Amino acid sequence: MANFRFNGIGIRAIAACVPAEISHNEDALKNLVPAEEIEKTITAIGIREKRIAPHNVCASDLCLAAAEKLFADNPEISRETIDVLLFMSQTGDFKIPATAPILQQRLGLPKNCAAMDLSLGCSGYVYALSAAFAYANLPTVRRVLLLDGETFSKIVNPRDRVNAPLYGDAGTATLIEKSETFGATCFVLKTDGSGEASVKIPAGACRLPASAETLAEKTDSEGNIRSGCEVFMNGMDVFNFAIRSVPAVMKETAEFAGFLPNEADGIIFHQANKMMTDFLAARMRIPSEKILYSLHKYGNTSSASIPLTISECGKNLAVRERIFICGFGAGLSWGAATLSLSATKISEPVTFEE
Amino acid sequence: MSQKFIEIFSALLTQTPAETLSEETKFKELPEWNSLLALSLMTLVEDECNVLLKGDDIRKAETLRDLFDAVERNR
Repeated sequence: MANFRFNGIGIRAIAACVPAEISHNEDALKNLVPAEEIEKTITAIGIREKRIAPHNVCASDLCLAAAEKLFADNPEISRETIDVLLFMSQTGDFKIPATAPILQQRLGLPKNCAAMDLSLGCSGYVYALSAAFAYANLPTVRRVLLLDGETFSKIVNPRDRVNAPLYGDAGTATLIEKSETFGATCFVLKTDGSGEASVKIPAGACRLPASAETLAEKTDSEGNIRSGCEVFMNGMDVFNFAIRSVPAVMKETAEFAGFLPNEADGIIFHQANKMMTDFLAARMRIPSEKILYSLHKYGNTSSASIPLTISECGKNLAVRERIFICGFGAGLSWGAATLSLSATKISEPVTFEE
Repeated sequence: MSQKFIEIFSALLTQTPAETLSEETKFKELPEWNSLLALSLMTLVEDECNVLLKGDDIRKAETLRDLFDAVERNR
């Protein structure tokens, strides 16, 4: 059972970076839905605008800027003390090498630093954070730097009306270390690979390599256009999955941690879309003021959405002792955690500068 | 098929008068039907009937009668 409890490990600091270019859904939806439905769609998904990276800027670049912001705001943290660097993304720089070693060099981290990539969809931050905690829990590890960033703008077709209005780009940095002030952190992680087709880029990797055939744009039965190398999402199946799985994993995590979601100081769901999070909140009877949002500004940034939301509005919480986070998405993969952000230095998102 | 289900369904719609709906209505042909409305339908049926429709239930259904049958099947 993937239920993990840590004591005396926590998030020391968190920072984020978003691209400067704003994509307004009012424009993005113009050629996708009838004019009278644009406002309705924006209200339902809760995403009015999001940020889009320039063609030459990758998730790693946004994460690098977030990490530089974190180091700048926490000058007492020496880069020499980062023993593990994790890069969580599905939009890395290259197939080979992994992106984490490139970031180790660009950040000026020591060669005694273990660096590797992790790959998951919208559940990724909760998973990667659990891995970071497990490393930080080892006696010889001083600090773990977790970089989580995505640039879905590079893998979503602008004429796919399911995905195009949702996804934005962002990079984040989370610093994990030991300290008694952090108290207990609980993770509950789940997997169901029978739903692997629900969110998928079918082509472009080893199972079905990129070819003229898989790179060609095709129109599906719903009128959405995409190639085999771009993201497909079955909205109804994912919605059904989230409604079934999220309340259950939140309940299990609550029992494990010893407090209920509505006793939390703040709850951060993966910023899928407003319709989804509203329904989840209603189902679990969580007062809406406890739920933190950044999707109206940044959209769904896949696994970066939870740390981005903490960066954007974590400081607004008067008390940050009992925080719930919950991620869910491609795989299918989902998980929740309870943690304290009381001792966390939260930096607000910076805008990427070339 | 219960009138109640038609009432539930009509609550989703803003441009289609409730009295024009029947069990023979091909709901995907309604001008306001779209994939977002399908998600609203799932949440509404879950709230009102305590049944969670699967994506396939909605994909395979053509008429409101088919949808109603899917709800009953999932009970």
